[in-house]
Amino acid sequence: MTESNNINDRPRIDRRVALKWIAAATSVPALSGVSWGAGPTPEAKGYGPDPDVTKVYQPGDFWPLTFTDAQRKLVSVLCDLIIPADEQSPSASAVGVPDFLDEWISSPYPDQARDRSLILKGLESLDEMATQHGGKDFVSLKPAEQLALCKDLAKAAKTDAKKFPGNFFLRLRDLIAGGYYTTPLGMRDLGYRGNIASIEWTGPPPEVLEKLGLSAQE
Amino acid sequence: MPVISPKEANQSDYDVVIVGSGAGGGQVAYTLAMEGIKVLVLEAGRMFDPVRETAMFHTPDQAPLRGEKTPDKQYGFYDASIASGWEIPGEPYTNASKEQKRQFAWWRQRMLGGRTNHWGRVSLRNGPYDFKTRTRQGVGFDWPISYDDLAPWYDKAEMLVGVFGDAEGMENSPDSSPGVLLPPPKFRAGELLAKARAKKELGLSVVPIHRAVLTQRQDADGIPAKLHPGNAKAQGLLAENMRMRAACFYATDCHRGCSIGAAFDSATALLRPALASGNLDILPNAMVREVTLNAADKASGVTYIDKVDGSEHHASGRVVVLAASSQETVRLLLNSKSNAFPDGLANSSGLVGKYLTDSVSSSLSAQIPALENLTPHNEDGVVGQQAYIPWSFCKEQMNGKLDFPGGYKLLVSSGRRLPGMTAATKFDWLNERDGIAFGADLKEDARRYYGSIQGIGAQGAMVPNDDCYADIDPEVKDQWGIPVPRFHWKWADAELKQIAHQQETMAAILESMGGRFSRPPASDDPLKSIKQGGQIIHEVGGAIMGADPAASVTNQWCQTWDVPNLIVADGATFPNTADKNPTLTILALAWRTADHLVGELKKGNL
Repeated sequence: MTESNNINDRPRIDRRVALKWIAAATSVPALSGVSWGAGPTPEAKGYGPDPDVTKVYQPGDFWPLTFTDAQRKLVSVLCDLIIPADEQSPSASAVGVPDFLDEWISSPYPDQARDRSLILKGLESLDEMATQHGGKDFVSLKPAEQLALCKDLAKAAKTDAKKFPGNFFLRLRDLIAGGYYTTPLGMRDLGYRGNIASIEWTGPPPEVLEKLGLSAQE
Repeated sequence: MPVISPKEANQSDYDVVIVGSGAGGGQVAYTLAMEGIKVLVLEAGRMFDPVRETAMFHTPDQAPLRGEKTPDKQYGFYDASIASGWEIPGEPYTNASKEQKRQFAWWRQRMLGGRTNHWGRVSLRNGPYDFKTRTRQGVGFDWPISYDDLAPWYDKAEMLVGVFGDAEGMENSPDSSPGVLLPPPKFRAGELLAKARAKKELGLSVVPIHRAVLTQRQDADGIPAKLHPGNAKAQGLLAENMRMRAACFYATDCHRGCSIGAAFDSATALLRPALASGNLDILPNAMVREVTLNAADKASGVTYIDKVDGSEHHASGRVVVLAASSQETVRLLLNSKSNAFPDGLANSSGLVGKYLTDSVSSSLSAQIPALENLTPHNEDGVVGQQAYIPWSFCKEQMNGKLDFPGGYKLLVSSGRRLPGMTAATKFDWLNERDGIAFGADLKEDARRYYGSIQGIGAQGAMVPNDDCYADIDPEVKDQWGIPVPRFHWKWADAELKQIAHQQETMAAILESMGGRFSRPPASDDPLKSIKQGGQIIHEVGGAIMGADPAASVTNQWCQTWDVPNLIVADGATFPNTADKNPTLTILALAWRTADHLVGELKKGNL
């Protein structure tokens, strides 16, 4: 996102065009078997019932990752469309969310395996939508075009969260936001101030009590 | 005496062999070992050291999958549950019905300390009415003891493990004796708001919950003499153990385990001092198959599988105590068949396995505009539950104004807590935008709404019924060839009516706080909102205590009627589930049982 950091500054794409892309993507059957292979990773194993929880882990420590360079690039662009940097906190790609997403969809567990097929199918259809517009793929679109496409997907996600591609965009948004707000910087941006050992805990500060119209605790 | 192998166990003679190292087994082992009785504890899982093996301050991004639940770690990566869960490979169980609403889910905790590693540490006493539901309301069974019979052991258990709380004088939610409880933590902002509004609008009292967490160091100079009068050695061991436990540092979830010993678990507060006495051996990885009898049809010990190499062994004792968790104990009894007991051990009443009960539970949440955009501050507190509403309608119930017999408590929780995967993605319904939030909108929503969701969970009493029980599946065996339990489950009308009332009450409380609902309370369709049997992991019953040998499995001392030197010290003896969590009552009852056992052993009666 080099052109502009403020999404409101960007020119808006013709909405009818974007909706046409989505309609085209919905009609494309399966889309699997092309290049990215949307199945579970059959050979991968989980971490087992007794992992060492005191270690610090990185994506890829327990099972192999999936993304190609092209997918990684696409996911990074999506991460920053969904969680851009602002004056308070960094973007999702800046805190490693693409790696997290790769770890998640590569996981051998059933819940993530379901996400794997949806996310990989959705990524593929984003490029499909981009070619409908005459672009090479999603990342080659102008930021304004990418944004417009996301806005329509966001609308589809709110209208019918069960139907592709709305369900894809909803899940993608949820996974990127989940990955982001569970990092130390993301947690701080949410206003979380705990996880610090203290001799005592004094409850909410006076200004909070005042705002709630409550008197101080004994 | 230490952690031992099967070979070493074979070479020893024990006074008492205990199956299970959780709340019940740990408490009996503690009490007996402090009195100089030689004890062996068999644990089906591995040893576990809460000091070295817990990841208290790790953040979600340091775990695989952000620490989310997986089939390997069913309460999340950092939860102190090892090889535990509702589904364990090689350890199946079955349900008699295929209907989704008639399934019972069976949690097993295969590790030293059992479920005391995993629970929320909520430690409430059963009230006087909970022991006498038959007399008072004409439902269920009376326990053969009253609240007053157990009250001294509640005091003792609370002093031993360390419980915070306050005295509220609530009907059927007893206070502790003065000086027993530690001070409760202050409330969080949302809890204070709930307290103010629920009192003003509905007359309901939000009060400090009781939990087994040290808000200050235990009185190592005073408590040991109260718990072990005349026993200098026990006093010294307990004082030493209390000095090893630190006070809560107001961070990190107790479910992860507590390496500083502020949160109670069996290994920290019971087994460590018991081991130090020299009177306790612990044999881990020992999966008990059955209880054995001698020629006089008295219990002589247990056979078990050494899970390390699959070999079978026997451990002998003058007394056998089953504290394997209620349904594992039921399974053991039913699998211990002999000429004298063809239908399972201690089952002359035919009631082993019967009257399985669990908490009657549902939840509701709402978004509270008053809690939006509060100045960020540390809301960890003691991290878990701090506030609750005890059952407040005893009188209405007695006056026939309610159409169900069981009470329920309401667990109130709120605030900006350690974020998980869904921290910022549940807010789309709160605005009028035509799409789901992303970009700057998402960040704005996250900052505004995180911490403004108020959740309430209800947990209620269940009346035992004929449709909820366990027997042995005639075909399925586990990986060691041991026949497995088969569960039968059906919610009764009394429980479904209670759920409808729970939903209405929770909705009224949330409305009093100005709450906005993403979904309406499900009072019309309680089967939809009731949590599955076993989901709350409060299941008890299956070897209920009573005053009549024909109508119960054990007497008030938890001795089986048929085999007096066979004792049940877990939740299996509970004739019903109260609206209180079972663990504190398991501890108190196990201590009372162990005190009686000491007397019987000294008198030579067993």
